[in-house]
Amino acid sequence: MGIMGSPVVTTTVEQFERLINWARRNSVWPFQFGLACCAIEMMATAAARFDLARFGAEMMRASPRQSDLMIVAGRVSQKMAPVLRHLYDQMLEPKWVIAMGDCSSCGGVYNNYALVQGVDKIVPVDVYVAGCPPTPDGLLYGFLKLQEKIARERPFSRPKKELKPA
Amino acid sequence: METPPLWAVLVLHALKGLVILVALLTAFAYMTWLERRLVSRFQVRIGPNRVGPFGLLQPAADGIKLFFKEDFMPAGADRVLYLLAPAISMITAFVAFSVVPFGPPDIKLFGVPLFQMANPNAGILFILAVSSIGVYGIILGGWASNSKYPLLGALRSSAQLISYELGVGLAIVSVILWAGTLELPKIVEQQTGTWFGFFPRWNIFILPVGPVAFLLLLLGATAEINRAPFDLPEAEHELTAGYQTEYGGMRFAAFYAAEYVNMITASALSVALFLGGWDGPFVEQVPLLGVLWFLVKVFAFVFFFIWVRATLPRVRYDQLMDLGWKLLLPLALLNLAVTSVMVLLWRELGGG
Repeated sequence: MGIMGSPVVTTTVEQFERLINWARRNSVWPFQFGLACCAIEMMATAAARFDLARFGAEMMRASPRQSDLMIVAGRVSQKMAPVLRHLYDQMLEPKWVIAMGDCSSCGGVYNNYALVQGVDKIVPVDVYVAGCPPTPDGLLYGFLKLQEKIARERPFSRPKKELKPA
Repeated sequence: METPPLWAVLVLHALKGLVILVALLTAFAYMTWLERRLVSRFQVRIGPNRVGPFGLLQPAADGIKLFFKEDFMPAGADRVLYLLAPAISMITAFVAFSVVPFGPPDIKLFGVPLFQMANPNAGILFILAVSSIGVYGIILGGWASNSKYPLLGALRSSAQLISYELGVGLAIVSVILWAGTLELPKIVEQQTGTWFGFFPRWNIFILPVGPVAFLLLLLGATAEINRAPFDLPEAEHELTAGYQTEYGGMRFAAFYAAEYVNMITASALSVALFLGGWDGPFVEQVPLLGVLWFLVKVFAFVFFFIWVRATLPRVRYDQLMDLGWKLLLPLALLNLAVTSVMVLLWRELGGG
């Protein structure tokens, strides 16, 4: 057993990872963009009645370099898909994606040639929020689930997300 | 009294610098928290309250998160300038604060005044010079990113800073004329005491030029520190995040820190020039109380800046330039002329 396997080191590393996870899940800055009607519900989530700010997540950053969470709020057309993927690629690690609403989760009612049938075909989705559009508390619930997911991560041995080339 | 040993003076200066640096960094962190809480209050929300009591650990969470973000450099960026720009912004912001007196200069240890980092005899010029160098951080950051939005944001920002520097400078010149000195502690000391036994002798109360100069400085300072309603360089509707678009992680935090420390410096400068600095009730009996008064006044200014941000919409670029060149500058010149006449008459009539 080398030094890396000793219980002292692993415990220290684990505490450190817990600290990083605590910081990351309490300071998730969403990317400020909306694609369709779900964006209105997303704005409502950030506004007075539901107040996403309580979880430290009202800092909607306009630049992908400064944001941690992409909320795909609305349908993604085939034309929009490369743009969305480009923006996702511009975000700095670690980054997460919430597919908000039925359209971005699976295409929803738009079962046709023009829309991407689920945004998980182009970016890795962490949390799917159902609804057409989901209510703000639905999105809040999804956000809390994302926080739980971040708390389970291992920052020092983060598996690379499988991404198909765009 | 024998002269203190050199090492003691040096150690004292170093300690003083360290304390001020740490205090400014802490103030920056908790101003972000205060701003988020207050803006939430203004918008009938609650604000960050899940991380620690009242959300007090929110800045810590933000800081650790930003620290562990991916290290990043845009393709085709000018490597050296890209790294240098946030450093310039942050360093100039901290350096500008170093000449601000935040307590009476009589309180000394080993002959070193405790409540001012350094006291050059042209303190105001120093602040103006250093804050002008701060523009380099912005424009280099925008240029080195090799991207369109940052470049446009940087051009706007530098144009704005240079335009408003004039109005601010002229507003300050009228104070200098009145005080007859460039040294900040002396300017503050002239404002201690009262008129008619109860009215504070602060520069803002020198009618009619005091309030005008104060308003000019307030408007100009708001524009110079890129605060709402003049936060055009980072107008997210047009320029995503302005000059800091391509910055993430700790470098973005450096730009952010520069903005907030500049806000503190602008508040402290306004307080020192117009609101009597550390002057307040019972300062003559208990000089240490001066620091408290100073902090209270600065806090009031910071609160005001946040209040304005939550209240006013952002102005358009041409409106901003119109305001700067067509209103502030002529008004500042007029104010300066009136001040000069007043000072001359005052001397002629035998006033002190």
